[in-house]
Amino acid sequence: MASPKPPAGAALRLRGVGVRYPGTAAAAVHDVDLDVAGGELTVFLGPSGCGKSTLLRTVNRLIEPTSGSIAIDGIDVTTLDPVTLRRGIGYVIQAVGLFPHLTIGANVGIVPVLLGWEPARIAARVDELLALVRLEPANYRERLPRELSGGEQQRVGVARALAAEPRLLLMDEPFGAVDAIVRTSLQDEIRAIHRKLGTTIVFVTHDVDEALRIADRIVVMNAGTIAQNDVPAQVLEAPANDVVRELVGIDAASRRFAEARPLLSRESP
Amino acid sequence: MTYLVRHPLEVATLTGQHLLLTFGSLAIALLIALPLGVVVARDRRFGGPVLAALGVIYTIPSLALLAFLVQFFGLGTVSAIVALVAYAQMILVRNIAAGLRGVDRAQLDAADGLGFTPLQRLLRVEFPQALPTIVGGIRIATVSLIAVATVASYIHAGGLGDLLFDGIHQDYPQKIIAGSIAAAALAIVADLILRRAELLVRR
Repeated sequence: MASPKPPAGAALRLRGVGVRYPGTAAAAVHDVDLDVAGGELTVFLGPSGCGKSTLLRTVNRLIEPTSGSIAIDGIDVTTLDPVTLRRGIGYVIQAVGLFPHLTIGANVGIVPVLLGWEPARIAARVDELLALVRLEPANYRERLPRELSGGEQQRVGVARALAAEPRLLLMDEPFGAVDAIVRTSLQDEIRAIHRKLGTTIVFVTHDVDEALRIADRIVVMNAGTIAQNDVPAQVLEAPANDVVRELVGIDAASRRFAEARPLLSRESP
Repeated sequence: MTYLVRHPLEVATLTGQHLLLTFGSLAIALLIALPLGVVVARDRRFGGPVLAALGVIYTIPSLALLAFLVQFFGLGTVSAIVALVAYAQMILVRNIAAGLRGVDRAQLDAADGLGFTPLQRLLRVEFPQALPTIVGGIRIATVSLIAVATVASYIHAGGLGDLLFDGIHQDYPQKIIAGSIAAAALAIVADLILRRAELLVRR
């Protein structure tokens, strides 16, 4: 797992993070301690309502934790202006949320525009990113989001999130709305992009196969707490408790076969 | 038609007054409705009562409202402008709020997560997409204001209503016909132009 990565990814440290929504009895997230090493692709895995998305959204302060602290490269996020913080963190969501009145190029270049980059630099960056997500820049730059398929739209979503060269990328069920074949190719590409850029990625999913396919580490969540935090093989082979066993273990044997190839092949050049 | 042909300058002057009254009021109305619409769209507890109150104003017959306002602002354009601005609020605020509320949640989440400031999100994401609905509101408001501005002639606000009221008082049908044609033409042309604008911003 310790493949050499450029130091392009930010390290994340969560201590005692809790989120309690007003008027609810149980906390959505309860006392979470978590370290994500720089350059790692960590997957938050768990059923809906387990707090994985809530936890993800505390990192860029879309949700403010009611307790605990979150630090990126040792800097407490609450000491930063939320807008500045978020411009330095990529954010990809399941519904993509491309801006329909803007071209693909303008969507991808929006954060650099907000940051006040020179137009020429933005144009070059947009083309570079479209190529990175394998959309031919000349073909796609001037098109509108509605002209693209769901899979293509999410490629644009990923490109947009990476525009300002963030050292941390948050992805909230990014491939949940695309069909199985497209999802698999997007998973492979996010692995490839991760390998190429070395960005720290925190990726939320409820799909066990997806987690096994892409993760360096899997953080299994249940009822607002971490049930297990380990490498995929260990989560699969040595579930920490019944919750994890139930989540991944139903057909662990068949998964081992299905996952053996991508798990092996992605480590080869 | 004969009055229209014989007195083109008078009709043109009154049309000018009518346009000034309508669009001057519309401009003031928009200055109020834009921030109000944003707040109504954001805050439902505040928005409901505001829209209800504006709805009540909208249902007051125009002549009744004009006569009422004369008590405070006297005869003339000031009372007329206040009435027109008040009438337009209902249509403008409702459409601005509806347009802003219609923006997809995912885009708002993406905009927040990517680091838009609230103002940037409003100007770069929400307003552009609400624009067709807002222009639709401006169109309906404009046509309504052209109609109410005609009645406002009764409280000495000028405009094409002068031809109608003079025609009635003087028993001069040609004047009434000239005023009717000019006022109707104004409303129809304004409607057509704003319909085109609506289509343009919809792209």
